[in-house]
Amino acid sequence: MLNCKQTSVLVSQSLDRPLTWRERWAVRLHLAICIYCRRFTQQLKWIRDAMQVWQQQVTNDSEIALSQAARERITQQLDKFY
Amino acid sequence: MKSNPHDWLNEHGNYLYRFALTRLRDPHQAEDVVQETLLAAIKNPNYAAQSSPRTWLTGILKHKIIDCMRKQVREIPASELLTEEDANMDEFFDETGHWAEKPQAWDVPHDALQQKQFLQVLQQCMARLPQKLAAIFTMRDVDEMENEEICKALNITATNAWVMLYRARMGLRKCLEMHW
Repeated sequence: MLNCKQTSVLVSQSLDRPLTWRERWAVRLHLAICIYCRRFTQQLKWIRDAMQVWQQQVTNDSEIALSQAARERITQQLDKFY
Repeated sequence: MKSNPHDWLNEHGNYLYRFALTRLRDPHQAEDVVQETLLAAIKNPNYAAQSSPRTWLTGILKHKIIDCMRKQVREIPASELLTEEDANMDEFFDETGHWAEKPQAWDVPHDALQQKQFLQVLQQCMARLPQKLAAIFTMRDVDEMENEEICKALNITATNAWVMLYRARMGLRKCLEMHW
């Protein structure tokens, strides 16, 4: 039987690699009896989803822009080569 | 289609900057990789076959971002790269492997304002992570790079990568639990 620490390692790895059937079974068994590890599992997925949402929001946010100073610096560099 | 680098900067500079900012989080580093991207684009302007300059420039930018992250990770001595044994996680678990602090139920954000606040806390927590952990976590959970690609880009083993990702997630989760 896995403990919470071992379960948390495998739950994290399940986001990065396919677990073996033995691992999957062991995790499932532990999650069935442990509300804390179920919460942990759900929260890792929320964090992953939230990172995606954040990334898309920032990438599409037209209020975030290069500063004037940076723009001028880059323009000067481009002038040297073009 | 003929276009010049100043057009690239005007039309795509802000987009490239925002793209870089979500990966590197540091405005100065983000500015630098945008500049490197445009300079690289001048030296190799064979995008004629591409349908969109933005797609082409973003492709170059991705490589520049990975170079930047690689440097961040490389600046850490190999002895500090985490192996499985280092991840003993004493701060999170007691000696029997039970949670030292039991994960609490979170309020899921219900509306746009709450979601915005949640994302803000998440970013503050990202900023508190050691840079190498934030870098690898971004590669995996933002860019959804495969583990193999990450290991190749950062020159680390698969075990290193799993341990670092585990550390990053544990740190982020704990920080969110305290501040959300």
